[in-house]
Amino acid sequence: MQALTEIRWHGRGGQGAVTAAKMVAEVALGQKKYFQAFPEYGPERSGAPIVAFTRISDEPIQIYCGIENPQIVVVLDPTLLSIVDVTKGAPEDAIVLVNSDLPPAKLRAKYHIEGHRLFSIAATRIATETIGRPIPNTPMVGALTRIAGLFPLASVVDFLRADFGKKFPPKVVEGNIEAITRSYEEVQGE
Amino acid sequence: MTTEQATILAVTGNEAVAEAMRQVNPDVVAAYPITPQTEIVQIYAQFVADGKVDTEFITAESEHSAMSAAIGSAAAGARTMTATSSQGFALMWELLFVAASYRLPIVMANVNRALSGPINIHCDHSDSMGGRDCGWIQLYGENHQEAYDNHVMAVRIAEHADVRLPVMTMIDGYVISGAIGPMESLTDAQVQEFVGPYRPIHPMLDSKHPVTVGPFDGLHGFYMEHKATQQQAMERASRVIDEIAAEYAELSGRRYGLIDAYRTEDAEVAIVVVGSTAGTTRMIVDKLRAKGVRAGCVRVRAFRPFPAAEYAEAIGHCKVVGVMDRSDSFGAQGGQVFLEVRSALYDCDPRPQVLPFIYGLGGRDIFPANIEQAFTVLRDAAKRKTKTTVERRYLNLREE
Repeated sequence: MQALTEIRWHGRGGQGAVTAAKMVAEVALGQKKYFQAFPEYGPERSGAPIVAFTRISDEPIQIYCGIENPQIVVVLDPTLLSIVDVTKGAPEDAIVLVNSDLPPAKLRAKYHIEGHRLFSIAATRIATETIGRPIPNTPMVGALTRIAGLFPLASVVDFLRADFGKKFPPKVVEGNIEAITRSYEEVQGE
Repeated sequence: MTTEQATILAVTGNEAVAEAMRQVNPDVVAAYPITPQTEIVQIYAQFVADGKVDTEFITAESEHSAMSAAIGSAAAGARTMTATSSQGFALMWELLFVAASYRLPIVMANVNRALSGPINIHCDHSDSMGGRDCGWIQLYGENHQEAYDNHVMAVRIAEHADVRLPVMTMIDGYVISGAIGPMESLTDAQVQEFVGPYRPIHPMLDSKHPVTVGPFDGLHGFYMEHKATQQQAMERASRVIDEIAAEYAELSGRRYGLIDAYRTEDAEVAIVVVGSTAGTTRMIVDKLRAKGVRAGCVRVRAFRPFPAAEYAEAIGHCKVVGVMDRSDSFGAQGGQVFLEVRSALYDCDPRPQVLPFIYGLGGRDIFPANIEQAFTVLRDAAKRKTKTTVERRYLNLREE
């Protein structure tokens, strides 16, 4: 089970955290990996804090409980940093990826984040500029693809063309691809 | 979603069930929506609307009506399915007994959810465990794959001439029903060949051979003999479930038993568990085995019929067995699975001590540490010279 990666997503209802958690699982399927994605079900209110989980593994995944010790934490809304303990249970070397215009050092200072490997990406701004809507989920997947190294960027782009291509007009698909590619390039570490 | 090749899909547990239903293509589906099952019949309604199936889809005004329509449909001679959860299952209650006693091979997916109150939409097994005596065959699945596989096999089990009983297949609400996971499907042609054409027995629409279904059968009738034949059918069902599982294994490569025993051969302590928590339990078994603890686990697959002899064979030699119930039978000595397993092990000599655990009610999460705690109780009990107390032990219960 050492090849198991556990990701915990923190967002607000309407930001697409659950969709992102599932997208990562579906990209993993294309990479012949085992996968699992699920939200922590609760009242589905727009704007309320929500949590979702993704597991990716080279072996079949047998456990279904919530993720207590995530190797990767993805925060889709920086305002959650002051109201939710997003790094609860995360080991010291966990990756923490936050949607923010601030570089990691300033983010640390502003929200008093200690430890972990902090990354930031201006996902809402990128989404607005590329997709035309401030939904940060696909840019966050682009940034995650870069820093987690779970699968190549091309596999995410291929998935978007195939899956989003069935549901959305080409303009939306290309906008999402641009969002993911830009985030992949622009994500900042320390 | 037409599958010409066997292929691995990323699906929710509900999508896995709906896909099995699409490939079986039953004559009639009668249903009413209820969380967390709604997705199944919603997807199925879309299949109907898109012309992907030939099914007559009946949108009932309640689960009581949905099961009534399913009974009418099955009695008329149609291959019939439905799906439900929780309060919907409870509202079907009186009709569940009718479906079984009329020997109608209806197949129903029950997505396990807690019963009110307090109001709760999350997973536990109170709904179907409460319905264990209604005369339906009960198969509990662990994951997405089994959600699909059980539903395909259920058709054959229900319709088998030696059985002719309705079958309900269970998956854990949300944990499986709403989560995305991998599921390898058969091709449409493979499923069609496996289930074969439906051959109803004494259908009401066969006007050349008129029959009466559901008449009064009172004091000087055959009510009691009727009930004895239901039990005989249930006894035969064990063999049929196993035979069909063997046939399905040739097709799919996946072999399911009446129970799913893991590392029990030389086990000193073992846990019996139902549904999606089995994987976590096996993980802890492996962890304990690595430390030299002789631990094992059994997952309940068929709960009705209950394969008592298989439990005696698998874990009768253990010193202590813990049974984890995700539902309770208030005032009894433990949950429904505990009562059954303890009874199954009663005639073993020497007899293991069997301890009841309650977990996961109303969707309370169950973590690896909780299962380790249960094993610690079992290991302590195994070391003692005297019997351990047998009160319920709750896992992940709030202390404050």
